[in-house]
Parts: sequence; C-alpha cells; structure tokens
Amino acid sequence: MGTIVAIQAELVEEFDMFEDWMEKYEYIIDLGKSLPMIDDKHKIEDNLIKGCQSRVWLHADNDNGIITYTADSDAIITKGIVAILIRVLSKQKAAEIAKADLVFIDKIGLKEQLSQTRANGLLSMVKEMKLYALALKDR
Amino acid sequence: MIDVGKIRAQFPLLHQKVNGENLVYFDNGASTQKPQVVIDAIAQYYSNNNANIHRGVHYLSQKATDKFEETRDTVQAFINANKSCEIIFTKGTTDSINLVANGYRSMLNKGDDIIISEMEHHSNIVPWQMCCEVSGATLKVIPILDNGDLDMDAFENLLSEKTKLVAVTHISNALGTINPVEKLITLTHKVGAKILIDGAQATPHTLVDVQGLDVDFYCFSAHKMYGPTGVGVLYGKEALLNELPPYQGGGEMIKEVSFEKTTYADLPHKFEAGTPNIAGVIAFKAAMDFITDLGISTIAKHEDTLVQYATKQLLTISGMQFIGEAKKRAALVSFNIEGLHPYDIGVLLDKMGIAIRTGHHCAQPIMEHYKVSGTARMSFAIYNTKEEIDSCITAIKKAQTMLA
Repeated sequence: MGTIVAIQAELVEEFDMFEDWMEKYEYIIDLGKSLPMIDDKHKIEDNLIKGCQSRVWLHADNDNGIITYTADSDAIITKGIVAILIRVLSKQKAAEIAKADLVFIDKIGLKEQLSQTRANGLLSMVKEMKLYALALKDR
Repeated sequence: MIDVGKIRAQFPLLHQKVNGENLVYFDNGASTQKPQVVIDAIAQYYSNNNANIHRGVHYLSQKATDKFEETRDTVQAFINANKSCEIIFTKGTTDSINLVANGYRSMLNKGDDIIISEMEHHSNIVPWQMCCEVSGATLKVIPILDNGDLDMDAFENLLSEKTKLVAVTHISNALGTINPVEKLITLTHKVGAKILIDGAQATPHTLVDVQGLDVDFYCFSAHKMYGPTGVGVLYGKEALLNELPPYQGGGEMIKEVSFEKTTYADLPHKFEAGTPNIAGVIAFKAAMDFITDLGISTIAKHEDTLVQYATKQLLTISGMQFIGEAKKRAALVSFNIEGLHPYDIGVLLDKMGIAIRTGHHCAQPIMEHYKVSGTARMSFAIYNTKEEIDSCITAIKKAQTMLA
C-alpha cells in the first residue's frame, strides 16, 4: 500500500494520459460501474450523505488505527469519483487521513465535481472521511 | 414570426463557449439570461443615478425614487392591478410568500386549515409549515394525478369553512403543469377563504391579470422574466395587505417611531423595510418592457413550439420517460431515461456545453409521488432554438452511450 501522497501522484499520472474529457469521464464511469463498493447491510440511512443531486453511502471500519472505507452512490459518475477517493484514503492510518492534503482533485480536473454547487454529496463525503479519521487518530 | 437571431443578439451571455462548445442554455426555469437593456439599466443607475430613495430631498434621490416608483407602475400595468400600492417589492417569490405566511401566523388559530398542493416548490411548502407550527393551523395537501394535473375533486373535498388560505402554484416548475387558477380561485372564494398563487413560473410565459382572476395574493420573481436577481413582487388586494401585519421592521416602513409606540407606514411602504434593491427594481422595468414589446403571447407561442419539438425529439431516445404529462403545460420538459441517473446526464451535458437542470427541483414531494430521485429538465425561453434542441438531443444520446 502506497502512501496517500504516492497514490495521488499515481492518479495524476494516470489522468495525464487522457486526451480529452470524454476519455476521462469514460474512465470514471467504468470505475463507477465496477463492483458494488459497500456491503448492503451498510447501505442504511445512518450512512447516507444526502446531496441535492445524488446520494452517497459511506461506511468506515477501523482496524487498529487503519481505516477502511466502503461507499456507494446512486449516480455512476459520483460513484466513480467515490472509488477514486477511496483509492486515495482507504486502508491508511487515521492520522495520515486526517492531515491529508487532497491536491490530486485539482490536478486531475475534478475540482468542479467537488464544488458546493454540485451538491452531489462528494464534498460532504470527504469531510466525513476526514472527521472519522480525526476522531480516531489519537486513540 | 419572430426573428430569434435578432433576439439572441440582445443577450451577450449567450454568445460564449462552455467547455469548448457553443453554450446551450436550457435552465431558464431556474433563471433566464438578461438582455442588454436590462444590463444597461443597472449600469446606468450606478453610473448616473445612485442614491437612496424615498428620503433625500436632493436631486439624485428624487430621480432614483421616481425611477423606482415607475417600475411599480409598470408592474401594476403588467399584471393589471387596481392600484400601484398593491405592488410590494420583495427579494423574490420566496420572500413574497414568506411575507404573507409570516403575517398569517398571527391571523390563524387552531382549527383553521391552510391548503397547498403536492406539486409545490419548497418555497410554497415550508413557509406554510412554519406558519402552521406557530399558529396551530393544519396544513392540508391537494394530491396530484399521475399525469401531473391537480386532483380537483380532492381539492373540493379538502375545502371547508375551516379553510382560511389556499396557496398553489400557477405553473409547476418540475412538471410544467398549468394549473386551472381561475377555478381554484372561484372554489376557494366560495368557502370564504383567501388564495395565494405562486406565479414564479407563470409570469415569464403567460398573461396574468390579477383583477380578472380576482386572486388575493400573487407572487413572482424578476430574474425568471429576463430581469435582475434579488427582485420580486408580492401583489395583494389593498384591503388584505392592510390587514396583514408588517413583516420586517426598520426604515421606510414606519410612520412614527417612539419607544412607547411605533405606527406603520401606508401601503406599499409598510412592507418595504430597509433600502431595497433599487438598481434591480429599476432594471426590472426594462425587463418587463422587453417582454411587452415582444408580446407575451408571442413568447408563449415560441416556447410552445420548442416544447412540442423537444418532446418529439426526446421520444427518439430509448428508455425515455416523461415526468408530468399534464393536459396544459408550459415552457419545460421534465424526463428521465431508464437506467440513467439524471445527475450523470447533467454532468455529461455540461461537458458538451449544455446547461439543463437535474435533481429534485426543490420539489421533493413530487419526486416522491413519481418514485424518482430526480429528473432532468429542459426549460425554454424566447431566445432558444430548435437547433439548440437538436444539439441537446445529440448530446443526450452521446451521454447515454457513455453511461450504458
């Protein structure tokens, strides 16, 4: 497992290879269509992050300070981006997640997807992921 | 026949590329773009005329006040109100509804009913829920039929001597349904209740004659009528506005202030506390003039043509499901595509320079009715064209391929 910084660098490199927005979104859509990322038993109201546009379910498991996130969304593009966020932040130490600077979002041109106006639940998801890590990091 | 090219030339914003493509703007139900005359009116005001109104004795203040009041007169004529004091300037439709709902808090009691409908925008739901919470009144809801029409039989059954106020939209922002407001008003008045019509989606597309309708309160926004944001209108019959307690306290709305007792100003100033959006109100006149010059029926006719064309073209897309197929509809098409989330469609269309609205349109109860999380909505204005619809259809098909 690479560090958060290393995974972000990988992502930036991968996204650099896309020629245009279509290739980029086709990739995100493919990620979104990949296997369900959350156990159905965790797809409950308590784990639901409501965006105005799409919904995101987020579940976190803690194993000795290593946090594993699983998540899902009803919209494919949102789900694809969820998959990317999980790739960066899941199975990492709580302290690392809490202080992670997610520079890749801007670099791979997904800033718009995480903006307030999108109201797709992604911004809240990142906040939730960090809050969970923050609560755990000093234990 | 209108020359859409000539009209488009008056809207500077439309001539830009978004994500490398010519902008197609189909989110007019949320807010229309502004013609140059409206933009100029705002610039003119700040360049030559800015001053606070209704207070200064100086030249600029007087001139600004005259211009501001000129818009009030234009609104009066635009909706055929009896008097200009029946026109209250607000921040927008939401603000107008809140003004009335807030007033009714102290005018209603336990045992009184307020009736709204299932197709209301949240702005015409939440203020009444808040009003009921404080007053103890009960909120009743007119259901909709599956085609998107109001269930008028259910409405008649809900009406009783307990009904004090009915608040219903003229045109649904999510479904496009044009409600039979004349009938709603007549039936409401039969039980002695008052009626407020949310006209936010109606004034850009239909002629509204408040006296002809005999409506008690009518609310709408300038920014959906080619005018500036932050300006709305509450029309109310003079006697009813006089009965209604003031909404906000402050400057302008008072007659005399002392610590013992403050008396309120006469209409319309009683409801216009604080410095209003003077530039916006003044520019709103230019927007109404723009509509009047074109003719509202010409605008409606053009938009109807676009709705019909879009409906026909959308049907060439597999899995097309229209949400709302009311008998009378205006200016918009709401739909879903089987297996696709509206958000995904919206994101990909944006990448192709096309602005549509996706989501629940601030009308979650309707989405609940149709058991959908949201819809995609194309809403039209006078400057839209069939060619733009063609681009949009091509883009939707491309998105569908990508998402399949």
